Amino acid sequence: MEVLEAINFIDLTWTNVISLLIVGFIAGMVSGFIGSGGAFVLTPAMMSFGVPGIVAVASNMAHKFPKALVAAIKRNKYGQVDVKLGIIMGIFAEAGVLVGKNFMVDIRNAFGTVGTDLYVSAIFVVVLAVVGGFVMRDAIRGKKKGQIEEKHEAGKLAKWVQSIHIPGTMVYFKSLDAKVSLLFVAPLGFATGLLAASIAVGGFIGVPAMIYVLGAPAVMATATELVVAFVMGMGGSMLYAFDGFVDIRLAMIILAGSLFGVQIGAIGTTYVKEYVVKYVMGAIMLIVLLSRLIKLPVYLDQMGFIAPLSAGLTSVLNYVSFITLILALVVGAGAILVALIKGIAEHKAQHAPLLDKGAAD
Amino acid sequence: MSDKKAGIAGVIIFGVLSAVLYTLLYFYSDLLRQASQLVQQGDKILFLIPIGLAFVFSYIHGSFTDRFWSALGLKAKK
Repeated sequence: MEVLEAINFIDLTWTNVISLLIVGFIAGMVSGFIGSGGAFVLTPAMMSFGVPGIVAVASNMAHKFPKALVAAIKRNKYGQVDVKLGIIMGIFAEAGVLVGKNFMVDIRNAFGTVGTDLYVSAIFVVVLAVVGGFVMRDAIRGKKKGQIEEKHEAGKLAKWVQSIHIPGTMVYFKSLDAKVSLLFVAPLGFATGLLAASIAVGGFIGVPAMIYVLGAPAVMATATELVVAFVMGMGGSMLYAFDGFVDIRLAMIILAGSLFGVQIGAIGTTYVKEYVVKYVMGAIMLIVLLSRLIKLPVYLDQMGFIAPLSAGLTSVLNYVSFITLILALVVGAGAILVALIKGIAEHKAQHAPLLDKGAAD
Repeated sequence: MSDKKAGIAGVIIFGVLSAVLYTLLYFYSDLLRQASQLVQQGDKILFLIPIGLAFVFSYIHGSFTDRFWSALGLKAKK
């Protein structure tokens, strides 16, 4: 029988705990602001503290799924959640999680934890490049258009998807106000789960898929994604926990900070225009991408895939990667706080004449 | 005014509960690490520990942070 290296849970020194609290807070703020898990900041951040890729993903999932449930219940009160779509996609996502998680464990068994580090980082680089680039382009276009409020209308692809009738597979979804074949929903859910098990962020596929492929309004797509995140996150966390990969101490420390941050981020969105949200999202994604990209040679070297790097170069790459990640967090937190403070000030200024008059009387 | 008082009472109650949970997490942190090792060695039922804790912490700490910002007056526009 093969002997595996013991799971390397990091020691919780005070420095680690305080850093995780701060990172959790900022990541929470980002996730509340841009409607995504914030795990695309947290997973690389944990890895920068020395947490193996597989443990980072597993622990991240464990802190995310109950949070998603709380948020989904909240947004359901505003009528934004399509519970049926969320649960159906979530179940298919579960299958994706199962495949993705088994693949991750296979990599760990074959190459050790550094193999999972490389795998997680490589997927991050590809996904962040594609999605981050797309979001940035959308933000620039949105700003140019001056953010004229447009009525929601399904795109060309979504209209085509809604027009296909496959007997016996059609289901009505309230968010689409149309019937769609389950044969379209299934692969989208599966892909969401596959990505979630790989990097702990499934929403990068789930949300755009619901908007552009199925034709759901953006606000319903992000709210419904919370249901998907809960269903697959709970399943995924259980699968990882079943193999002992969830470091619950780490997950709960991050949760401590992130629940504070989530509220600020969510409140922030009510004071800014949509393209600002996208700008912040795109900027953070692209900087995190850079941070992972810089780290790739180190993992490749550890696995013996490239000619050995000198010790000096390795430490420079580690350092630059870490600083770049910090930069992403500072940029994200700064942009959100500035937007929030400016928004509140403008809001107050608009209502000030009334208040002043009241005070003078 | 009574609403405000109830809000602050909520912050305090959930704040204290949250602090208790995190204190326990600190004191039992090594035990939790060992539990994960045991799961890896075959004590599969222990996988329920992290899942259960995730739910409890989210509920208690989530209730605390929600009330915390409201009590400070940070609210959504409109």
